[in-house]
Amino acid sequence: MTFVLITTVALLYGVGAYLIMARNLLHIVIGLGLIAHGANLLLLLAGGAPGSPPLVGAEAARIADPLPQAMALTAIVITFGITAFLLAMAYRSWILHGDDVVEDDIDDRRIARQAPSKDDS
Amino acid sequence: MNALVVLPVALPLGAAGLSYALNRYPRFQRVLGVATLTTVLGLAIALLVNVQANGVLVKAIGNWTGPIGITLAADLFSVIILVVSMVVLLAVLVYAIGSPRTSSEARFFYPTYLILTAGIALSLLTADLFNLFVAFEIMLSASYVLITLGGSRDQIRHGTTYVIINLLASMLFITAIGITYAAAGTVNMADLAVKLGDISPAIRDALGALFLLVFGIKAAIFPLFFWLPDSYPTAPAPVTAIFAGLLTKVGVYAIIRTQTLLFPSDGPSTLILVLAGLTMVVGVLGAIAQNDIKRILSFHIISQIGYMIMGLGLFTIAALAGAIFYIVHHILVKTALFLVGGLVEHTMGTSRLRRLGGMVHRAPFIAALFLIPALSLAGIPPLSGFLAKLTLVQAGLEINQFLIVGVSLAVSLLTLFSMIKVWSGVFWGTPDPAAPPGEDVGTGRLVFPRLMVLPTAALVLLTLVFVVAAEPLYRISEHAAITLLDPTLYIEAVLGR
Repeated sequence: MTFVLITTVALLYGVGAYLIMARNLLHIVIGLGLIAHGANLLLLLAGGAPGSPPLVGAEAARIADPLPQAMALTAIVITFGITAFLLAMAYRSWILHGDDVVEDDIDDRRIARQAPSKDDS
Repeated sequence: MNALVVLPVALPLGAAGLSYALNRYPRFQRVLGVATLTTVLGLAIALLVNVQANGVLVKAIGNWTGPIGITLAADLFSVIILVVSMVVLLAVLVYAIGSPRTSSEARFFYPTYLILTAGIALSLLTADLFNLFVAFEIMLSASYVLITLGGSRDQIRHGTTYVIINLLASMLFITAIGITYAAAGTVNMADLAVKLGDISPAIRDALGALFLLVFGIKAAIFPLFFWLPDSYPTAPAPVTAIFAGLLTKVGVYAIIRTQTLLFPSDGPSTLILVLAGLTMVVGVLGAIAQNDIKRILSFHIISQIGYMIMGLGLFTIAALAGAIFYIVHHILVKTALFLVGGLVEHTMGTSRLRRLGGMVHRAPFIAALFLIPALSLAGIPPLSGFLAKLTLVQAGLEINQFLIVGVSLAVSLLTLFSMIKVWSGVFWGTPDPAAPPGEDVGTGRLVFPRLMVLPTAALVLLTLVFVVAAEPLYRISEHAAITLLDPTLYIEAVLGR
């Protein structure tokens, strides 16, 4: 069970990291979302072995650790909010430019303009 | 008494809610904002006096004592930064009120600004790693809104990079917290400081590096600084000033806090010193290549972060005291410089060096307001930058770290060079014959809004007060550094023993 979860975490991070390297914002947002899922799953895994629900009156030795669950819940809410904000930015970018491509650094563009183009050589 | 620790966070948050609910009354929003920040500044000073007299102040939220509940703790280091932050936040708020902007933007500026304040205060006061993550997110969410407020082309373009980089850093932060919890079974910083000692050194070092990476992105140290010079200059002047002055410094605060409390080293850390040196050099070289006031100043933020990290890397009492001293100096000076940059841009209509010139004849007072912090940044005696650099250099020489000291002195020289470049581009030379937008048509004099000049002048004055009060300020910094290097008091206070 834990092995499956660990593999899933690794897979989510890997796929997310690959998607972040894309040029368009939508891919990046999905990539970040996947990494966020991976991170939340990792938090859950950090709590140790699964157990019964941590309710008042439950046998202390057999309950699951509630702390990572609370943390994961908080993290989910935060990433949800910021992802929504990023999507709004992607939409705004689409209105302004007609696309949602993330552009190069200002200095990168400046240097690219100064470099001789391939046709000259 | 201990409720004092909660108020700098709770008060701005409550005020933000009120400010948002009443966003149709801009005059009320302004009064509320200034009143809140003045009160919080007062509270922060009260905290400083209290902490200095009684040691670490702790408040367990909801009376759930550590390590399970969320604990807020104020030690001397966090309170010093808190006081300076509030001074700067208040000055920039007054500046923002004075700077003209469309009313629809301003309506949402005030509540967001107050949320930013709460986020900064919580980051400085929390004694819980996960809570630190939440605090960072409060601060960053507010900063996302502020940097894109207005939604212009440039803002969206560069804001996107800013949000993506920071969100990725936050994900790494959660990852680091998850691994920490798996390794040590706690996220309370005091508890961690005790328990991390028992786990294997390899895992400890890996965790230390992971946290350095996370906070390194937020603090813009080499090689993780690339997002900063692109995103900061696009925001409106007051927003850029507060970001430049405070946000990266909260990252530096987190680096110093975690590296001293959780992952203390025995002596100077070569890794951190190398990072510090490269941050200084790359930042200042970047600044030299730029032709726009705001971009030059943005690269200087990076270069200056190197000095603070250098203090941490040397890891002696004198060096850490120097780093704290440097942070205080830097927050005041950097914010003042960006405010002057904003004034120039407001009145002249551009911040590009090539299109500016001759302002020393037309606005000598503004030129003086620029010259003092600019020379201070470069470390010209007797200004605050000189004193701050002197303490760091002395600390470095004491333990024979000649290389980093040499690098830091060479970088000072290059800093002076690029400040002179701004000076000769903006203030010397012949004025552009075309009338700038801020010129009074009748008299032909340059007009600067009084509410923008006043807080700028106040901050410049404070950097001068810093020089006069250097001795007691250094004593407090040294006291804070001693507490940082011997965290037993902090640990005992937080764990309630």
